[in-house]
Amino acid sequence: MKEILLLKDGEIVLKGLNRRQFEDVLKKNIRTTLQPLGRFEITSAQSTICVRPLSEDTDLDEACERIGRVFGIVSYSRAALCEEKTMASVLETAPAYLEKQLRAAKTFKVEAKRSDKKFPLKSPEICRELGGTILSRYPHLRVDVHHPDVTVYVEIRDFGAYVHADPIRGAGGIPVGTGGKAVILISGGIDSPVAAYMMAKRGLRLTAVHFASPPYTSLRAEEKVVRLLQKVSRYAGPIKMITVPFTKLQEKLRDDCPEELFTIIMRRLMMEISQRIARDNDCAALITGESLGQVASQTIGALNCTDEAADMVVFRPLIGMDKQEIIDISYKIDTYETSIEPYEDCCTVFTPRHPRTKPILKFVKEAQQRAGFEPLIEEALQNLKITQIQSED
Amino acid sequence: MGVKDLEHYLDNSATTAVSAAAADKAFQIMTKVYGNPSSLHLKGLEAERELTQARKSVAAQLKAGAEEITFTSGGTEANNLALFGAAYASQRQRKHIVLSSVEHSSVLEAAKRLEAEGFSVTRVDPRSDGRVHPDDVAAAVNGGTALVSVMLVNNETGAVMPVRDIFAAVKEKNPQTVCHTDAVQAFGKLPVRARVLGADLITVSGHKVHAPKGVGALYIKKGVRLVPRQYGGEQEKRVRPGTENLPAIAAFGVACEEFDPDGNLAVVSELNRYAAERLLQIEGVSLNSPKDALPYVLNISAGRVRSETMLHFLEEQDVFVSSGSACAKGKPSHVLSALGLSRERADSALRISFCKHNTKADIDALCDGVAMGLRVLAHR
Repeated sequence: MKEILLLKDGEIVLKGLNRRQFEDVLKKNIRTTLQPLGRFEITSAQSTICVRPLSEDTDLDEACERIGRVFGIVSYSRAALCEEKTMASVLETAPAYLEKQLRAAKTFKVEAKRSDKKFPLKSPEICRELGGTILSRYPHLRVDVHHPDVTVYVEIRDFGAYVHADPIRGAGGIPVGTGGKAVILISGGIDSPVAAYMMAKRGLRLTAVHFASPPYTSLRAEEKVVRLLQKVSRYAGPIKMITVPFTKLQEKLRDDCPEELFTIIMRRLMMEISQRIARDNDCAALITGESLGQVASQTIGALNCTDEAADMVVFRPLIGMDKQEIIDISYKIDTYETSIEPYEDCCTVFTPRHPRTKPILKFVKEAQQRAGFEPLIEEALQNLKITQIQSED
Repeated sequence: MGVKDLEHYLDNSATTAVSAAAADKAFQIMTKVYGNPSSLHLKGLEAERELTQARKSVAAQLKAGAEEITFTSGGTEANNLALFGAAYASQRQRKHIVLSSVEHSSVLEAAKRLEAEGFSVTRVDPRSDGRVHPDDVAAAVNGGTALVSVMLVNNETGAVMPVRDIFAAVKEKNPQTVCHTDAVQAFGKLPVRARVLGADLITVSGHKVHAPKGVGALYIKKGVRLVPRQYGGEQEKRVRPGTENLPAIAAFGVACEEFDPDGNLAVVSELNRYAAERLLQIEGVSLNSPKDALPYVLNISAGRVRSETMLHFLEEQDVFVSSGSACAKGKPSHVLSALGLSRERADSALRISFCKHNTKADIDALCDGVAMGLRVLAHR
């Protein structure tokens, strides 16, 4: 029996004249994610994308799992292609293909969609006939049109007849790459990979900026970030990672700035550097994993000071979330286990004993200016390290 | 072919020669990348990278995630970790274990020990085709079954067990039951895909696939919990602590990268076909392997000559085969007995096992040797 995947694209149907363009990006993203599994034919018609494996032994379980991570797909179904576009073929295919689900269920209903109006039976007739056949084959079943355990879907489309069970929920969102590009500031903790995932869901392609401060931070910490980004790229597609050598800036900060402002000035420097990198990489926004009130540098006062360092829009998708809600997502995207590996990162180097929770912008700026970071910023930007990140599997 | 030109090594299910690339890797790790993967400094990081790479290479062959691979000292340890680890993990709710009666001794003996500790064990016999039937396994499973262990390929006959169907039937009856397969004889020869099989635990071994002895791995599906057999550091996510045997592990990784199941199968199938054809022309020889067994193993019985006598006779001709499995030296084979073979046939059984390096010359030497042995030894 030939199986295919039918994907429903979501919000992108709302995009009017741009729709074609959105759909092309989505198809390209699907192609990229399925590429390691073999060759597929990917076509679209009637707000459904049809993915047809071109070889018999394609691992469709794996394909489904990958499809479940592609943004822009609301739901998907694994369906059997009927040998012919005839009612007889539908009656033969459906009860056999869905045997497992039907045996496990107590109630069912049939739903037919007939977008090929030349098909001789109308939708209610298809439902009646197939319902009857299923009942006679599985006499333990009852029909329940309101709350069935299983719904058997029949789709009569221009290019063939399909049967499948209830669709599976997709990743939602908008296809990666249709929303432009943004820089995610990534440390290696729990929050930033989640923030990256959330903004990729809104269609952004990501460039990641990571600050490294050897010898205060280790090469392992940097490799941990690589592994985190590999996990994120299962959803977000390829990510360009840029590592900024941050040691000299942090040492100057320690030597020339008041201790209680260490963190806030450090974050301003990170914003400043990230913004310059963003401009050089055609990125129009910054993304951070900040969550209001989580730590001293994420109070409303501190965020005002940090925000002022950037002219471009800063997305903070976690701002209103609790730690547990963030952790739940990190489990879902499989970054949690990596995030909690215990390496020092640049945010934990030289932490003040009593950070200022209500910093005054004027004093912060003055302190920053007095120290004079510009030459060191320039030097850091001359020594960026670039790593191309791709999903490992 | 082999180390000596005249050597005809046909005991590849017992162990294999280490590939040059794997041996080079082990040498390089021992002399250059000798750091402890847990050390914080660069030597440690270098070593850790090798460890990570090896983990990925093994995982890739199982189509699994790297984090699902736990390195062990070999197949026996992995089987022990699987059985005791899974049995202890749920012993308050479930104290029943199901296995096939033709498992490797490291599974059978571990189960015997668990039985002595108060677990109940059901052993399922294969049917006449040498294979364990899904219905028979499912019938043995109940609500209290903690673990099912069925090997993928039998080490004596090469019989391929329908593990995928067995596990599907088991999970349908009790979704809580942990499914383990000992894939030592299948790994590198057949595609062993963790998720296609529906396995929770898979044992593989290095030295059967041209890596050194002393390394194996247990695939532990994400979310499956095992109680460790030993305690110590943080290595292998605490499931198997102890400084990693990196030379062997890295060599195992290299050996995995050299896998070519399809190409090797073509070579070995042809050798098997040729061997079976020639051997059957010798009067008194019969085949014990099922017809659709994995061609890497050919089990025969040679007339009235006892296995060990024939084995030593062949060794004088520089032909090396095995009587039963090498781990069970001298004992009558539980596998062949389970198949219902007559005592005489079981007593004269020889296991011939191939690898990609074997040639027709090896088979000719074997067949000439068996024919001569039957002529000379029958009269003694």
